[in-house]
Amino acid sequence: MRRAKRMPPGAQAPTAAEQAAEGGQLPGQPLKKRLTTSAMIASLASEGQRTKPAPFGHALVEVAKNRPEVVGMTADLGKYTDLHIFGREFPDRYYQMGMAEQNLMLAAGGMAHEGFVPFVTTYAVFASRRAYDFISQGIVEEGLNVKICCALPGLTTGYGPSHQATEDVAIFRGMPDLTIVDPCDALDTEQATRAIAAHDGPVYMRLLRGNVPLVLDEYDYSFELGKAKLVRDGADALVVSSGFMTMRALEAAKLLEADRVSVAVLHSPTIKPLDEEAILREARRGGRMVVVAENHSVIGGLGEAVAGTLLRAGVAPAAFRQVALPDAFLDAGALPTLHDRYGISAEAMARSMKSWM
Amino acid sequence: MGERTTTLANAPSLEERAYRIRRNALRMGEVQGQGYIAQALGVADVLAAAYFHALRYRPEDPEWEGRDRFLLSIGHYAIALYAVLIEAGIVPADELETYGTDDSRLPMSGMAAYTPGMEISGGSLGIGLGIAVGMCLGLKRKGSDRFVYNLMSDGELDEGPTWEAAMSAGHWKLGNLICLVDVNRMQADGPSTGVLNSEPLPEKWEAFGWHAQRVDGNDVGALVRAFDAARALEEPKPRVIICDTKMAKGVPFLETREKSHFMRVEQHEWAQALEALEAGRKA
Repeated sequence: MRRAKRMPPGAQAPTAAEQAAEGGQLPGQPLKKRLTTSAMIASLASEGQRTKPAPFGHALVEVAKNRPEVVGMTADLGKYTDLHIFGREFPDRYYQMGMAEQNLMLAAGGMAHEGFVPFVTTYAVFASRRAYDFISQGIVEEGLNVKICCALPGLTTGYGPSHQATEDVAIFRGMPDLTIVDPCDALDTEQATRAIAAHDGPVYMRLLRGNVPLVLDEYDYSFELGKAKLVRDGADALVVSSGFMTMRALEAAKLLEADRVSVAVLHSPTIKPLDEEAILREARRGGRMVVVAENHSVIGGLGEAVAGTLLRAGVAPAAFRQVALPDAFLDAGALPTLHDRYGISAEAMARSMKSWM
Repeated sequence: MGERTTTLANAPSLEERAYRIRRNALRMGEVQGQGYIAQALGVADVLAAAYFHALRYRPEDPEWEGRDRFLLSIGHYAIALYAVLIEAGIVPADELETYGTDDSRLPMSGMAAYTPGMEISGGSLGIGLGIAVGMCLGLKRKGSDRFVYNLMSDGELDEGPTWEAAMSAGHWKLGNLICLVDVNRMQADGPSTGVLNSEPLPEKWEAFGWHAQRVDGNDVGALVRAFDAARALEEPKPRVIICDTKMAKGVPFLETREKSHFMRVEQHEWAQALEALEAGRKA
């Protein structure tokens, strides 16, 4: 059935997702103060949170100083993926390939054929939806050493479905031999950039850019490709998470402390290959509920990957829940509104988890 | 270890090379009983001129850094490329009979990891030219003066990424790129003009910043002149040689066969085809 036109503000009927999530505006109620969508890339940082600018761009510059074979390639989104930092430092190693993602991926494959290590950037929607075949047949099937680093993963823009890559992980998980990385914050992004540069093989990395929150330096944590790390321990629930949802899980865990709910957080920034050993080890400990939190659709992402791992190993947790985006084309709007609406803000996550305990 | 750059005086003529390429292709076709025979016969002269006039390579070292790269974008033309790789001594002749059989190094659609001398996994049509663009950029970075040849079909001109790559090559002024378009005017569903008309071709490529030539792709002499002109051009532009070819060229009773994209040849016809080919052989 064709999607119906929107009603004017205030008369808007709640969507199924809004009804399911708390915080939705109900018709007939006085208008709440409405946030604006803001720029294409709103910062994920909450007010007062520590951030670092362009962690990917700066880390790549450091990597490239000792690696002359590293080149940068983009499809008219250098500035919006922080690759321009690399371009500024190494102008002759920076390839502006134009707004042509299919050709971008093929040309990166060609560069890798000649021994170079291209770091390729665009938005996650364009890499996953538009350029899939070219990544599959031009890069990954031949095992070429290309790093595809994509901004706007999941719900990190309010521009609506054209820019919200809510299914990129589901799409890419089906591709054999492709490593998938979903870092949490600035520290994770820097370390992951170094790690994927050192790894010989094709990688898809979900990129946080701009002023990226800095969280994990407060924990005993370092990024290791293919490893999940227990960032926080807890007795009642085990959260397995990737991307910025680890940051949200850590915030939610603090909120839940007030309700005497003790939450462990296992950060799994490598989604493929999944660190099944660490996940099974933690899931077997002490009959906790397992909650998988991801900035991605409930379909085909980390949640289903973890569920499959548990089922295949015959591990049955006390309960299994997902904090993830609904299987839907999401709304346009301001990120804080949308994160709350779809249940991936820290507060919404804490509310959900409390209701599940 | 000789770098083979020109046709030696005592070497077989290009016409003889083309004949042998066609013969190899027919023998491989017979293993399957059907396949992309007509394309292989049609493009044989282009491959003969490429591998025995234009390309620099070492048969004993197919990955030699100093080679010109030859990309087979049209994966299903693998039978044609195997035929020339065998003639060039890159693939052993005794593997010919394994074509398209289990565990063979010569699969029906070309794959880089399977076959010596196969640079890329083509077959998802429209991917070769973009890879060639990246290789050309890479070779320039390395200061190499080698060429990248991309062999594609007129059917691949239907694909959007072909034109993304064409525009990109023009933008980057890739003078080390030579694209060969095999225009046999036959696609999977029928004649190209009915499937999706891509003419006028030279004008399209020129508008994308290319140096374009159009030749009779079954005239070895014309092909040699076109390759020479493409290589000698000093203007920093990518070069395309549009080769008008005839499906199943060299075997008259197959040339007129209508269903030529994936041609069925009856068991008793293979010997006749080889005889017909032999009859047209120029000693």
